[in-house]
Amino acid sequence: MATRQTASLARLMRAPAIILLLIWMLIPLGMTLYYSFLNYNLLNPANTSWAGWFNYQYFYTDPAFFEAIWNTIVLVMGVLLITVCGGIAIAMLIDKPIFGQGIVRILVISPFFVMPPVAALIWKNMIMHPSYGVFADIAKFFGASPVDWFATYPLLSIIIIVAWQWLPFATLILLTSLQSLDGEQMEAAEMDGAPAISRFIYLTLPHMARAITVVVLIQTIFLLGIYAEILVTTNGGPGYASTNLTFLIYRAARLNFDIGGAAAGGIIAVILANFVAIFLMRAVGKNLD
Amino acid sequence: MARAISRNSKIGWTVAAWLVALIIFFPILYTIITSLKTEQEAIAGFDLIPSFSFSSYETVQNQNNYFRPFMNSVVIAVGSTLLALIVAIPAAWAMAFSPTKRTKDILMWMLSTKMMPAVAVLVPIYLIFLRTGLMDTRTGLVIILMLMNLPIVIWMLYTYFREIPGEILEAARMDGATLRDEILYILTPMAVPGIASTMLLNIILAWNEAFWTIQLTTTNAAPLSAFIASFSSPQGLFWAKLSAASTMAIAPILILGWFSQKQLVRGLTFGAVK
Amino acid sequence: MNRTIRALMGATALCATAGIAAAQDTTLTVATVNNGDMIRMQGLTSDFTEKHPGITVEWVTLEENILRERVTTDIATQGGQYDVLTIGTYEVPIWAKQQWLVPLDGMPDDYDADDLLPAVSEALSVDDNLYAAPFYGESAMVMYRTDLAEAAGITMPESPTWADIKAAAEAMTDKDNEVYGICLRGKPGWGENMAFLTAMANSYGARWFDMDWQPQFESEEWNAALTDYLDLMTNYGPPGASSNGFNENLSLFQQGKCGMWIDATVAASFVTDPESSTVADKVSFAQFPNKEGMDNHGNWLWAWSLAIPASSQKQDAAKQFIAWATSKGYTELVASKDGWRAAPPGTRTSLYENADYQSEAPFAAMTLQAINAANTQKSSVQDIPYTGGQFVAIPEFQGIGTAVGQQFSAALAGQMSAEDALSAAQANTTREMTRAGYIK
Repeated sequence: MATRQTASLARLMRAPAIILLLIWMLIPLGMTLYYSFLNYNLLNPANTSWAGWFNYQYFYTDPAFFEAIWNTIVLVMGVLLITVCGGIAIAMLIDKPIFGQGIVRILVISPFFVMPPVAALIWKNMIMHPSYGVFADIAKFFGASPVDWFATYPLLSIIIIVAWQWLPFATLILLTSLQSLDGEQMEAAEMDGAPAISRFIYLTLPHMARAITVVVLIQTIFLLGIYAEILVTTNGGPGYASTNLTFLIYRAARLNFDIGGAAAGGIIAVILANFVAIFLMRAVGKNLD
Repeated sequence: MARAISRNSKIGWTVAAWLVALIIFFPILYTIITSLKTEQEAIAGFDLIPSFSFSSYETVQNQNNYFRPFMNSVVIAVGSTLLALIVAIPAAWAMAFSPTKRTKDILMWMLSTKMMPAVAVLVPIYLIFLRTGLMDTRTGLVIILMLMNLPIVIWMLYTYFREIPGEILEAARMDGATLRDEILYILTPMAVPGIASTMLLNIILAWNEAFWTIQLTTTNAAPLSAFIASFSSPQGLFWAKLSAASTMAIAPILILGWFSQKQLVRGLTFGAVK
Repeated sequence: MNRTIRALMGATALCATAGIAAAQDTTLTVATVNNGDMIRMQGLTSDFTEKHPGITVEWVTLEENILRERVTTDIATQGGQYDVLTIGTYEVPIWAKQQWLVPLDGMPDDYDADDLLPAVSEALSVDDNLYAAPFYGESAMVMYRTDLAEAAGITMPESPTWADIKAAAEAMTDKDNEVYGICLRGKPGWGENMAFLTAMANSYGARWFDMDWQPQFESEEWNAALTDYLDLMTNYGPPGASSNGFNENLSLFQQGKCGMWIDATVAASFVTDPESSTVADKVSFAQFPNKEGMDNHGNWLWAWSLAIPASSQKQDAAKQFIAWATSKGYTELVASKDGWRAAPPGTRTSLYENADYQSEAPFAAMTLQAINAANTQKSSVQDIPYTGGQFVAIPEFQGIGTAVGQQFSAALAGQMSAEDALSAAQANTTREMTRAGYIK
């Protein structure tokens, strides 16, 4: 009896959220799907007509398409690699008893509070700029010639900026996980003379598996949608060297004002993102139980 | 002997940790320093000691009154977060305490609603906003940002609620507690920290949102993201002005984040601790 | 009035239908780019509101690209969020043809539309109707350092050829002292490197499209223009040139790192400003270069202009505002506050006839000459189906220009050869033009 009552109550409590998200998903998705079959350019609305699959074909045959997918993968993987490895290292570092631990933690998480376009502007103008940036000043100090980051290593530059923004998030989650690590077990292992590296591999890492999964999952969702940083810094170039899928859609939507093409790109991106999500759930989902 | 070693190692770790922390914080620090320089100094090369000129702040304030976008940011960030919590708490509660077979799929589906690139749906949303009179209103942005962050809010609350051990409830029931007592005296106190940190994280996410908040506003509801967008000029020197505007835009959330750092650490577990 | 009430009123006003307009007070929403001249105008708003009680002005100041996105979305969806738009010579003819803009007839008597520079007013008119009032205008010219030229033993002709430019760049370059012979735009974008490169290509006799809208990147002229550009920049240009736009080059020039800079004429007032430029008294000007035997100096023409969207509910008030902001009176107001050098250039004949302006602005004569020489109706010596000087006035150009700009920027960064960049540009543009229905 009671369970059935609880179950229906639970359904009632879930309903608003599910309905809202359904609406939020279905209306834009429906409209986007519809637009994706139209020749619809915002700058020439009189010429709107049925396009069939043409927008999809056009988006897919874009010379930048495959490079953009590759760049998306490199960007997501690169940032994940840096934030997870860096996050583990920094979490272990600031978990140690050190002087001024509170302040150190605050400094480390600060980048998380910076708006993405601001972060990109700061890095572009004050850190990586070949004439006025701090990196250039450092290079000149050592007598080297400054590197023009955005021209020479466009994708790497963006990975660095994005990783800087997400490192605090990873660090925080990994830190909380680290703090719940069983101290006694660790001490026992230490007593047994297990070297630090094997303690890390056999005790710390497995313990953090779940936290790492969470970092990977949440960040992937945000990283697939990165475009503001690209827009502010390299505009996707030189060539297509730093164009990712979202930026390609941005280009169609906001530069060409090609609503049909952007819609088709959006649908393609959603499909690909869901592939990634399913793959991720298969690969690491069991860590979440 | 042992103590000396541990003291030395503590100093060593301290130095290392501070070094890393300062490197990570440096871009923000340098922005603040640059905002206190004149435009000439800002491009003159590396210098950590500014002339403490507040002229950039003055220019920025004169050009674009800070307080209106600031208030808009506060209202939008807090409003959308509260609204999201109202919807999300019951849902997460239900999923955590009476899960069904599909609960996990529903959670994953919720997250997947975030995968639609915002630029692709801008025109439909723009048209809807025009028709419904939500354009350039705080209400409109509150709704949009609420919907955007709802999946994350539900996820966080769900994982947090799940950590509340069921045994406690059973024990309370044995002692004759009613459902009302259960919720009021046992569950709520245990859930409050989780809700608080969820709230904080979402205020941060909403504050930092810079696509919808620019595209769907003109003057009345334009928040700090739009404020920033008016200072990266394509003409003339703007480093110091941009730094001042950036500092003004990130300072409130930075201060909030600093004060609530401990809360945040707990909230960000996403149930990752086990 | 406290904030809550104001917010409530705002909400009520938004809920009310457009029919119930506020009785007396009109609030104009003016969208503008954050360039210095516009910021100055924003500061002088009170002069307008004092003369027009009952009108208040709300400013939306945004960075150029964001502004363009916002304003285009709004006007194309008939959003009616803005009453006055700041747009350029690129948008005006396209938007006017879509009937998105209100023609600016019936301006006040003292507006004196005949005083507008003919080239500028032509670029802002469709079928002899003015659709936007120029706020400031620009062409392009060579700015060079007299001290460096003298030290290198070079006399810059008033109308140099590209060969002269190359010789001068070579002579002035002194990389050990961080002095680079020439600074040019390299940052990808239709309004960045492609503005310059299109003008340069024009002066080489190249064209974007033939009369059948077939892209012409594989022509000899484009090849020569791009090859020479890359040659100039790799040998005598600053490092990292592929990220330099107008602003980056301005900073470089102001710090004395450039021997020559070929760019928009408005830059002249910045590089001769002793407050921000270290080389203010060592700059001279020359006409945009041409290729030997080719009578074409790029035909660069741009004017930031104020226009009224057809979707605005407050067109009369908006017209009054535009008349004020682009009047002779406004120029005098700026002159009285900040000196004649700060007057918005490039729009009115009377400014260039003003003795005070001529004596305070050493660049006045060359600017006027450049603007008057610009022919935006036929920018290439070959036959072309389009108008526009440093751009092609078709809606698709923003996208195409930026995509091509990316290829050329990659070539400048050394990632591909000029030939590869040109054929990529050709393929890309053909694709886009076919889709847009130009190529049958």
